[in-house]
Amino acid sequence: MSLRPTRTFHPYAMLAPTLAVLALFCLVPLGVAFHKSFFAWDLLTEPEPVGFGNYRALLASGELGELIVRTLAYSVVVVSASLTLGLALAVALNREGRFYAFVRSAVFSAYVVSWVAVALLWLWLLDPQAGLIARVSKGLGLTPVDWLGNPRVVLFTLAGVTVWKITGYAMVIFLAGLQDVPRSVLEAAALDGAGPWQRFRYIVWPLLRPTATFVATTSLILSFQAFDIVRVMTQGGPVRSSTIFVYAIYEQVFVNMRVGRASALTVVFFVLLLGLTGLQWWLWRKSADSRVAT
Amino acid sequence: MDRLVTVALALVALVWVGPYLWMVATSFKSLDELVRAPAWPIPSRFRLDAYREVFSALPVWRYTLNSIVMATLIGVLQAALALPAGYALAKLEFTGKRVAFVLVMACLIIPPQVTFVPVFTMLGPLGLVNTMTALVVPFAVSAFGTFLVRQAMLSVPNELIEAARLDGAGELTIIYRVLAPLVRPTLAAMFLFSFVYHYSDYFWPLMMTTDDHIRTLPVAVALLREQGTGVRWHIVMAGNVVLTMPVLVLFIVAQRRILRAVTARALS
Repeated sequence: MSLRPTRTFHPYAMLAPTLAVLALFCLVPLGVAFHKSFFAWDLLTEPEPVGFGNYRALLASGELGELIVRTLAYSVVVVSASLTLGLALAVALNREGRFYAFVRSAVFSAYVVSWVAVALLWLWLLDPQAGLIARVSKGLGLTPVDWLGNPRVVLFTLAGVTVWKITGYAMVIFLAGLQDVPRSVLEAAALDGAGPWQRFRYIVWPLLRPTATFVATTSLILSFQAFDIVRVMTQGGPVRSSTIFVYAIYEQVFVNMRVGRASALTVVFFVLLLGLTGLQWWLWRKSADSRVAT
Repeated sequence: MDRLVTVALALVALVWVGPYLWMVATSFKSLDELVRAPAWPIPSRFRLDAYREVFSALPVWRYTLNSIVMATLIGVLQAALALPAGYALAKLEFTGKRVAFVLVMACLIIPPQVTFVPVFTMLGPLGLVNTMTALVVPFAVSAFGTFLVRQAMLSVPNELIEAARLDGAGELTIIYRVLAPLVRPTLAAMFLFSFVYHYSDYFWPLMMTTDDHIRTLPVAVALLREQGTGVRWHIVMAGNVVLTMPVLVLFIVAQRRILRAVTARALS
């Protein structure tokens, strides 16, 4: 039941600042990006209309396809690894005691610290000459891996650092989900002779599935937007092997001064995000339905 | 089995805490030590040279102040604007309510990564690049925060608002004096989350500023590495300690609140 406003204009006045800011910095920019994507513009001279030229160039050079594949590869590695690790940690750490609380805090702290700090820290740990990881693996007699210099490895290195940063988030959400798993059921199952794996497989996991869907889709959408870690650790290199979507947009504007090209990329990026969000809703509905059905 | 799990968990803790310790240890070393034995964990003595160099190379206080001012303004504005908007969306009856609500929700799926190019081209001609306005105003409204405040207001009984109206309270008084205290946990979580996020934000300040006077701390610390000549990692790590420590301390002090804010955000 809603209340009647004391004056008709009141609700509009209350919403005006919020809607103005959202329109100005969220909806209008979408339109501007769409409009600018049909121009060639270097920010200095007048924009020149080029029709679908920007889109055509992105497709013809194969850049767009490469970007999408690279960004998805990074995201999928990040999501599957952080999800698995976060779930395992949540199950292992879901108990009382100082030691467990300490491990929980340690893992989660990385989620709170800034991306820049994490990127710089790992840049130093992974330094090919003086870095701790190179020195330790040398000491152990392992073949050195050029974590950030090898174009075939670098994307996975970045994904690994991202996993280090965000696993705490997955863990915390799973821990919250685990609170809904009734202890009595688990104890009864244990009495009936169900081992730890069976208890997880048949009791815990079905209850956690909606949580897992949520964590997977949100981290997919977030990792699809990754930028800081690329900017600080690799600048998209070597030979563009770690240039993922948002970094490519940034590069077009601030390095190449091609605003039209960047706008076209922005439009495509938005459409992809929309697709991922659609996927998220669909999966969410499905898991909610299956929960009702069982 | 149990012992194996404990060992594995101890390893996990080491993988997460180790890098911080390494960062701090490196920041106390001298260049000479770094060159000679970069993997030796303990500095020969605690030197503050790297910190001295960071503070002389960068106006650290100025950048920290910029970051704090920016993050505080954003947090305060978000709360102040979400209250009336959330109230209207939760409690009042008016034409166009659905449209307004859909508009707010639509903005949930449009991140800064989509808007930065057009916003940059919009602010340029207005002379707003390199201003606090460009850093704060685009985030003055949080679509998600508005949604959270609306949800919290839904559970406030109408009778309370009607009673306040009978007492002669105006709508502004009702919003900021009567309802705000009732949704305080939501507001606190929102502010905390927003503050930590924007204090650490690198993306937006990098895009919207080129000038020294308006630069924020994460952007400046990242630059330490770009200007860096190869092995001066002790200086980069000292900058990194300066950047990280306030957040880590806040995390240790307010861990429960942060955890609740993060899970509430996820599960609502």
